[in-house]
Amino acid sequence: MKVIEARGLRKAFGTTIALDGIDLRVEEGRILGLIGPNGAGKTTALNAILGLTPYQGELRVLGRDPWTEREQLMRDVCFIADVAVLPRWMRVSQALDYVAGVHPRFDRAKAEGFLAKTDIRHASKVRELSKGMVTQLHLALVMAIDARLLVLDEPTLGLDILYRKQFYDSLLSDYFDHSRTIVVTTHQVEDVQHVLTDLMFISHGRIVLECSMEEFESRYVEVTVNPQRVAAARALKPMHERQALGRNILLFDQGDRQQLAALGDVRTPSISDLFVAVMGNHAGPAKGAAK
Amino acid sequence: MNAQSNAMPESIASAVSAPTVISTARPLYWSIRRELWENRSIYIAPLAVAVVTLFGYLIASMGRALSPDNLAQRRAVLEEPLDFAMAVIMGTAFLVGVFYSLDALHSERRDRSILFWKSLPVSDLTTVLSKASIPLLVLPLLSFAIVVATQLVMLLLSSLVLLGSGLTVARLWTPVFQTLLMLLYHLVTVHVLWHSPIYAWLLLISGWARRAAFLWAALPPLAIGIIEKLAFNTTHFAAMLHYRLEGGAEALTMPGSFPIDPMMHLTPGRFLSSPGLWIGLLIAAAFLSATVRLRRYQGPI
Repeated sequence: MKVIEARGLRKAFGTTIALDGIDLRVEEGRILGLIGPNGAGKTTALNAILGLTPYQGELRVLGRDPWTEREQLMRDVCFIADVAVLPRWMRVSQALDYVAGVHPRFDRAKAEGFLAKTDIRHASKVRELSKGMVTQLHLALVMAIDARLLVLDEPTLGLDILYRKQFYDSLLSDYFDHSRTIVVTTHQVEDVQHVLTDLMFISHGRIVLECSMEEFESRYVEVTVNPQRVAAARALKPMHERQALGRNILLFDQGDRQQLAALGDVRTPSISDLFVAVMGNHAGPAKGAAK
Repeated sequence: MNAQSNAMPESIASAVSAPTVISTARPLYWSIRRELWENRSIYIAPLAVAVVTLFGYLIASMGRALSPDNLAQRRAVLEEPLDFAMAVIMGTAFLVGVFYSLDALHSERRDRSILFWKSLPVSDLTTVLSKASIPLLVLPLLSFAIVVATQLVMLLLSSLVLLGSGLTVARLWTPVFQTLLMLLYHLVTVHVLWHSPIYAWLLLISGWARRAAFLWAALPPLAIGIIEKLAFNTTHFAAMLHYRLEGGAEALTMPGSFPIDPMMHLTPGRFLSSPGLWIGLLIAAAFLSATVRLRRYQGPI
């Protein structure tokens, strides 16, 4: 079943077009990564999905209109909109009390269980916790809610690698199952490469790439070309070429792995390599389109 | 892999059973508690004023107990402080209410926590109502309770002093019940009903202004008053504001001073039939519904 369905989703701030008619379908049980440069429209898209901003076009989240039914929607949808939005004056115990008080699907015992694995004490105020601990607390609150859609907007920004890894590990092992759906935006793409099931690149308010991770792995091939074969490799029309340590690395869309293996070392690119390649190709025309 | 096969029936079952669990009152109750956690001055400020008043009274009554009393002196020392304590606690509650309302919808946007509050199934209406109920419900009730407690302690102290001087305490205690009933009436009519548009205006501004909420709350009324004065040389708007701040006179026959004994001074009929009350309530409702609409659109600043 479709958790998110958008058709022609548009949003403009004055003359700036943040979303330029996006079509989006997210099925249940997927983990979608929304990747794009700053100002590409990721947060605007998420805000529209969460009922935080009005929009033009059609949008249904779990069959509801997010803008007019935010309150009902939030029973089934959780989000971490940013790192450190928990109120700094609040105590950990008060956060547990409050969420237990207002949320019909919050399992307090579960949240306490997650917190027991951390160094967070119930009597602490949020302002006394480190940034990593605040994120742990927020994640513990969110994971204890039996929601169907979880939206994460840069949930690990500014955290060190240990907290980041732990964040996605606990999300996968303690929370995610195939009746839940997660949408995540992040600039730290290497963290989520093995977490995602679906990938979407967005630039200037438009979707420039959309594929499942299986598709990504079979479709894109990166070849570290032997120096004497560079001309032959270029003849196969790579989508992008870069140089590293004096060697040419070419990225192919729909490349034939056997054919390419003859030219050099073949491997699946990282999301960030593909991102650079796609954004490099799209920057020019996309700018012109978003007048 | 098992999870996948169980997934569909489970999610359908939970979707059906969940919405019935929490009634609408629960989020409101927890939202009000949340306001009290965040703004502890709501109860600390009137309590502190009460303690200070009691301390002053204690010193005064100990000093006077030694001197021989005449009747006028006794009134001055033992009874007037009761009214004074009531007045300062109510005044404090009014100030706390004003500053609370100006900050209520501003601080959650300033510290970005609005994104957390909006991630929970609490409607904008519930949130605004919980914030409005602080100056319109919690503070009046709280200050009433504190006044009652303070006056009781004062009366007990006075009784000890009087008994020590061999005088009867009966006259001291007789007007207490009436005074408190008066106070309750005054609270409901003036502090809640009559002043509601003031608080609603402050809440609206706190939800709208990006910064300097106090200036935005104070300057437009001032500007209207000045323009009216310069353009038409009249002061209707200023008179109206003054009437609103000082007003509620219809509730009592003696505006300005707070009558102590006779119950006849209460005139609820006159109060309830005054158009000023109903116009004020309508304006308050309009401001509050604008505040609710505004909060839907607002994000962090």
